[in-house]
Amino acid sequence: MKKILVLLTLFVFICSSMFAFTWPWAKKDTGTLTITGSTTVLPIAQKSAEVFMDKHSDVNISVRGGGSSVGIAALLDGTVQIADASRSIKTKEFKAAREKGINPVGNVVAKDGIAVIVNPGNGISEITIPQIAAIFTGEISNWKDLGGVPGPIVVISRDNSSGTYEVFNELALGGGKVREDAVVLASNNAVAQTVSQTPGSIGYVGLGYLSDAVKALKVGGVMPNNATVNSGAYKLARPLYMYTNGNPKGLAKQYLDFIWSAEGQGIVGDLGFVPLR
Amino acid sequence: MKEKFIRPILLISALVSIFFLCGITITLFTESLPLLKQYNFIKFLFGTHWYPTCYPPELGILPLIVGTLVVTLGTFLIAVPLGVGTAIYISEVAPHKIKEFLKPTVELLASVPSVIYGLFGMVFLAPLVQKVFHVPIGLNAFTASIILGMMALPTVASIAEDAISSVPRSLREASFALGATKWETITKSVVPAASSGIIASIILGLGRAIGETMTVLMVAGGAAQIPHSIFDPVRTMTATIAAEMGEAPMGSLHYHALFAIALVLFFITLGFNLLADWISHRRKV
Repeated sequence: MKKILVLLTLFVFICSSMFAFTWPWAKKDTGTLTITGSTTVLPIAQKSAEVFMDKHSDVNISVRGGGSSVGIAALLDGTVQIADASRSIKTKEFKAAREKGINPVGNVVAKDGIAVIVNPGNGISEITIPQIAAIFTGEISNWKDLGGVPGPIVVISRDNSSGTYEVFNELALGGGKVREDAVVLASNNAVAQTVSQTPGSIGYVGLGYLSDAVKALKVGGVMPNNATVNSGAYKLARPLYMYTNGNPKGLAKQYLDFIWSAEGQGIVGDLGFVPLR
Repeated sequence: MKEKFIRPILLISALVSIFFLCGITITLFTESLPLLKQYNFIKFLFGTHWYPTCYPPELGILPLIVGTLVVTLGTFLIAVPLGVGTAIYISEVAPHKIKEFLKPTVELLASVPSVIYGLFGMVFLAPLVQKVFHVPIGLNAFTASIILGMMALPTVASIAEDAISSVPRSLREASFALGATKWETITKSVVPAASSGIIASIILGLGRAIGETMTVLMVAGGAAQIPHSIFDPVRTMTATIAAEMGEAPMGSLHYHALFAIALVLFFITLGFNLLADWISHRRKV
């Protein structure tokens, strides 16, 4: 028994020390780019990093999520070269950055439209921004007030700190408070899934999460799609950023140039976001 | 010679857990304290509105505490009868072969990752609950209680079964000798004799339910309201911390409030564990 214990301990020590020694060596002679931030931007960053690394075998790009605030905090701490954000930098964060001698520059890599969705069985197909605000803040709670089949409206929202909520709240609700009994879900997928299963529900998701399982509403008479988002006709849309310290240079510039290329924007479109052209 | 090595190694392993416990406690306190300087603690604990990102922010966590307690109570109502029933069946009633099969199966239930319970609840159980009970939304306290009940069941069943099995055989034989039936023996002799272990199993099972995060995040509905019925969506403390920590700006009031929620939760679960400990020691024969 004691022998086994000693052996086991030795084994663990040897393994961990080997790990500690080999790790830096494996990374030493390659260009490294670290990216953290918004989970909305994550798929764009991840997929373009994969394709970029296929083309440049000596480059290592590590991409992580965590949220816009986490990304920007990491950029301020100097632990990442690129911070993904689904919102522009806040004044408070910008001030903190200047104090640290960092100059955050927001590079728009794609646009994200937010679609208001209902169950496919719902007869309503058009809505206005004031109506959206009335529904989400609780002034209207029955579909008959919108000319639909009478029945309670089940409001489905996102966590109050998610980037999607923040933009929806700003663009559609004008900073109003979402009704307290609204169902709050943690991801775009969860919202789409729940709306597709719940007859009287209304929710909102990124354009990339639209499918036949849910019905996207026209907002102010405009259908959400790539063309209307880029032309500015569709109002519930936002730019997605990759923040760098100063204008992008070196590997970060190469990487961003790739995302801005025709191929990179193709990836953006394939992932369900709105390409810049 | 060998002993010289092993003793300090074992000592270090034992100290590691104490080190982490201290670290967690210190972190929770230091990160929560800034909130108390800027926000009234009574308003924090008993406020009924949770709007941390509005201006001015409202940081009342009563709906979150109530949400946690409602879901825990629901879990209790489901896990206790099923768990204790399973334990009694495995230990007292089941033939040897069924017992050999049932016990590991129940314990296997404990090893299913919580995200899988969550997926099952979200995709299968929630639509079912919505249709069967004609409620507006299937993601609610009731659905969450069922799923958490399933998750707490193996803990309750397994520990309660150990307690029931360790009741001395002589007790059962004495009961039978007095002419008691099998049912009377179980309810009047065996279960009372094992009651401290059964209560401890229930409290540990509920401890798991209170601390569970992923599942409630996925199936409880997440509405920060004080529920009027078991079919209302609720938001628990754990789900709030998990969902909001990633996007809360570091050092903000919201960030410290999330740590303060964690601190409150820490005290609640600590209370549960102390209670379990106290009961199992007090009633030990």
